Amino acid sequence: MIKDLLHSTPSLLNFGIFFGLAVLLLFVVLGFVTYGILSERKIMGFMQLRVGPNQIGGKWGLLQTVADVLKLLIKEDTIPKKADKPLYILAPVIAFAPAFMVLAALPFTDAFQFADIGVGLLYYMAISGISTIGIVTAGWASNNKYSLIGGMRAAAQMISYEIPLVMSLVGIVLLTGSLNLNEIVAAQEKVWFIFLQPIAFIVFFIASVAELNRVPFDLPEAESELVAGYHVEYSGFRWAFFMLSEYVYMFAMATLTTVLFLGGWNSIPFLDFIPAAIWFGLKFSAVFYVLVWIRVTFPRIRADQLMEFGWKVLLPVALANIFLTALIKELINLF
Amino acid sequence: MLRTEEMLLNVGPQHPSTHGVFRLVIKIDGEIIKEATPVIGYLHRGTEKLAENLQYTQIIPYTDRLDYLAAMTNNYVLCHAVETMMEMEIPDRAEYLRVIAMELGRVASHLVWWGTYLLDIGATSPFLYAFREREMIVNLLTELSGARLTFNYMRVGGVKWDAPEDWIEKVAEFVPYMREQLAGYHELVTGNEIFVNRVKGVGTYTKEEALQYSLSGANLRCTGVNWDLRKNEPYSIYDRFNFDVPTRTEGDAFSRYHCRMEEIEESLKILEQAVEQFPEGPVLAKVPKIIKVPKGEAFVRIESPRGEIGCYIASEGKKEPYRLKFRRPSFYNLQILPKLLEGENMSNLITILGAIDIVLGEVDG
Repeated sequence: MIKDLLHSTPSLLNFGIFFGLAVLLLFVVLGFVTYGILSERKIMGFMQLRVGPNQIGGKWGLLQTVADVLKLLIKEDTIPKKADKPLYILAPVIAFAPAFMVLAALPFTDAFQFADIGVGLLYYMAISGISTIGIVTAGWASNNKYSLIGGMRAAAQMISYEIPLVMSLVGIVLLTGSLNLNEIVAAQEKVWFIFLQPIAFIVFFIASVAELNRVPFDLPEAESELVAGYHVEYSGFRWAFFMLSEYVYMFAMATLTTVLFLGGWNSIPFLDFIPAAIWFGLKFSAVFYVLVWIRVTFPRIRADQLMEFGWKVLLPVALANIFLTALIKELINLF
Repeated sequence: MLRTEEMLLNVGPQHPSTHGVFRLVIKIDGEIIKEATPVIGYLHRGTEKLAENLQYTQIIPYTDRLDYLAAMTNNYVLCHAVETMMEMEIPDRAEYLRVIAMELGRVASHLVWWGTYLLDIGATSPFLYAFREREMIVNLLTELSGARLTFNYMRVGGVKWDAPEDWIEKVAEFVPYMREQLAGYHELVTGNEIFVNRVKGVGTYTKEEALQYSLSGANLRCTGVNWDLRKNEPYSIYDRFNFDVPTRTEGDAFSRYHCRMEEIEESLKILEQAVEQFPEGPVLAKVPKIIKVPKGEAFVRIESPRGEIGCYIASEGKKEPYRLKFRRPSFYNLQILPKLLEGENMSNLITILGAIDIVLGEVDG
């Protein structure tokens, strides 16, 4: 349906349909963020001998996040006197907009995708890199020493981890011969790439946790050292935008992991009577659970060790993986 | 060359990892600390001056508020000083109750340290696990004294109340439970690569430096000095128990971590034996209604979870002391901080500060 729309002549109706779809996606994502945060808190509570949210919205705390967001929205909007005002206002937008943009290219099932871009993978990597600028801008514009350090750390961290992240995916691209996410999923119909590319998966997963700024790589906002890092001066809905972009990225990254390594919506053999959307949801939830699990278990890595790990361990391993993949592929072609 | 300049950064007094109201003014060049100046006194209440106008029994609640994580030891050091000056005989049962209370306090204090230290390093879960066990100790001590933190339990000549029924059995049950949990702690944290990388070789000092800075407790023992007042100058009834003094030789944050974790085990050993030997009898010696300490002066020191806590009393033979001074180990242990921080990475700041294990109530007095 979307393909037909893309090739039809532009009209007000087309615009209306696209706008409607975007709003739909926004609600899907907001719904995820709402219940993603809730489930994260519940899982953390379960692992840490706590109950988690249990007051608002019944005993499961189903409306807790809604109440939290509402509280943030009605909070007074404060801007520090000495902050760089235009940049301070712009920063959350720069951080959030790309987070939402990347969702367009992600295929959720074979029927539910907004833009089937030929270079979908590249698009994701390119756009998600922009968010870092938002974080650095926020760190700079707040005119606070802690947030400046946080912003600088964020910049350094993103550069160090974006590269291994992209490099680890080259192996998959070599095997598939395409950057199109749909074709990557189609290529996994028999074997998932997690089995064909285990090294790439490990590198990708570590780098993606670092990209998400989550424990053990949450240095830009290391609350015990930098108080809150780059968003120390932000409050109310501006702060909510940073949090929102963080969780939207988590949504996007869990989707990407599912699509690239866990076979997307492909089913396990003999279980293909279960709809694709449910398969996708299951794999997605598993990735999400592991992300939360990691957050509960690990302490934070140190800034300089993080750099060392990115450049001296992950990058060489990712490069070796490319070489190995190419070699094996050529050998198979030979015989 | 780009022109760069040093940045002056205030860490605290409102900062999540300064454990209260500690302030640190640091000069940083990039993320490297050039100079660190601790600023203390935000929690100063003038305990020593206040004590000059109070009777001895009235001072005991004030000592609770010094090292509020191990208040029993503070109670004891004051009572011990007064008892030493009055040359008093303490009933056996009272001494056992005191030792059990103090060792429980030591375990609780180290648990809080363990939890908050890992919280500083970025792991959230250990904090909650440590507080689960600590809560059990706090409950035990509440049953004993009626308060969760500020116990006000010890008296000159003994303790305020006898232990409630079944209390000793509860302590006996707690010991094996705690051992089991301790094994779990080691499994979760001690071998963790990230944790080891963050603490190993960080904040190292030598034996000589430790002695020069008058460090005590685990901060001293981590450099290889085998010095524990419970062993070297046995007070109370510590000579009746069989326990070891854990020492390390590296002198870094990781060795301090090990020392403290092993101290928990040793405290459990003491608790086990104390519960076994627990005698019958009175819990308070015969003391006059109004305590008057004979003219003179005395200094006693005991081993608190944080190091050597001392109490000096100068008496004119009145109801109140003429001068009372506490040697507060946190205050002395903190002095080495500027030296340790110089040239360190910014992200080591919290690791080094946390490893010293200060309690601000004690630092500020």
